[in-house]
Amino acid sequence: MYNDKESQKIVDIIQNFARKHSLFVLAYGTGCGAIEIPPTMTSRYDAERFGIRGAATPRQADVLLITGYLATKTLKRVIRVYEQMQDPKYVMGFGSCAINGGMYWDSYNTINMLDKYIPVDVYINGCMPRPEAVIAGFVKLQKLIQEGKADGWDRYKKNLDEYRANQKKIITNWVMPDFNR
Amino acid sequence: MEGIGYKILGALLTTLLAFTVGMFYAGFRRKIIARIQNRVGPPVYQNFLDVLKLLSKKTSVNHGIMQHLAPLWLITMSVSTLMFIPVLKDGLFFTNLNFSGDLIFLLYIMVFGPLGMALGAGQTGNPNSAIGVSRGLTQMVGFEIPWIMAIVALMIQYKTTSVTGLLDIQSQNGTWMMFSSPLAFIAALLAMPGMFRYAPFDIVGAPAELASGPISEFGGKYLSTMMTSGSIFAFVKLTLYVDLFMGGASNLIELVIKTFALYMYPVLWGAVSPRFRTEQAVRYFWGWPLFFGFAALIYAAF
Repeated sequence: MYNDKESQKIVDIIQNFARKHSLFVLAYGTGCGAIEIPPTMTSRYDAERFGIRGAATPRQADVLLITGYLATKTLKRVIRVYEQMQDPKYVMGFGSCAINGGMYWDSYNTINMLDKYIPVDVYINGCMPRPEAVIAGFVKLQKLIQEGKADGWDRYKKNLDEYRANQKKIITNWVMPDFNR
Repeated sequence: MEGIGYKILGALLTTLLAFTVGMFYAGFRRKIIARIQNRVGPPVYQNFLDVLKLLSKKTSVNHGIMQHLAPLWLITMSVSTLMFIPVLKDGLFFTNLNFSGDLIFLLYIMVFGPLGMALGAGQTGNPNSAIGVSRGLTQMVGFEIPWIMAIVALMIQYKTTSVTGLLDIQSQNGTWMMFSSPLAFIAALLAMPGMFRYAPFDIVGAPAELASGPISEFGGKYLSTMMTSGSIFAFVKLTLYVDLFMGGASNLIELVIKTFALYMYPVLWGAVSPRFRTEQAVRYFWGWPLFFGFAALIYAAF
């Protein structure tokens, strides 16, 4: 009865239902897209009706928003924050800068592909995405969570060496602990 | 009513009731604040989903023993306070330990949880937690004084320290204590928003300023335990106010109506208020609430 596949399936459905309807977003803006978050949260677009609310610290958060370009200096902080968040955790990349570098693709101090450094579950395109697009991204994330496909945190754990090697290529003075817990 | 089985069942039922009612009240609060801000707002059962999600999160944070104990300490305080509060006047299941505890013991045990939380938050080593704890204790010094003055005024006036005794006096006199000792009621009511820590007095949590203060290092299962404890404790505080000042309740519907009406007061005040600074909050509590507390004491003594 216990720990067989069928009952685990039911538990997964209930857990994923709760997870998708209660997304705590970490209030940490890395780039210019952070300015799109206040209208998304407040009266006009009201993301709280989907159960999305802000969380003040990484310990309480589920979703990390990479809002736009990511400077190499910020990458270090993002890695720290991402590793401090508790599983299961999701990452959303905002705008073309997170996808391929965007207008900063040949810049000396921004990274180009976010997915090489931390696993991204949902990308939102646009420069910058409007609040409608952000909410569409959240709805897509909810769909992925319900299907069990938002498994970036699992990928990160399994391929930690690969991600770490990529990160250390960018961050030359690595003074953090090797895994921030 | 005789066997130990009934008592355990009654305790479980009371805890379940307090959890459900407190969670729904928190959901209604979010909905009402959303409607005031012209938003749709989350569904009223949103807090249940939050707790379920937080319980299903994996938690691997270790700062020391007190950090693991602090949420348990909080929920122990909430449930044990609940056990000493007469939920209904003469219910079959809800008379847990009402007759053994009295008001002085309740006043003592109600600060037990925040102190445990302060120790746990201190051990996490987060500077925001330390600031939040010091603010919380300062605020507690602020609102506890008028609140205790109001309670002591009741004790002097009716010559009993038992909550059930005060309930009996109210049903004998046929009037609520908010009418028979209005000054104590005003002092207790003015001190109440500090106890709930909603908007003008949310200086402890202050998400934009302190990164949620003492709970900033607690996530996942710890946070869900704290949310559960908070909802139970909100029910406890409301029921205590209803018992002391509004004549208690003889059935659950009356209890829900009275507590909800009382709950709207800190919620609606909070919905239209910005945040006080710490010294402003203390200055508020040591102003008119303290005056009414003194007046209540003098009224009760003479």
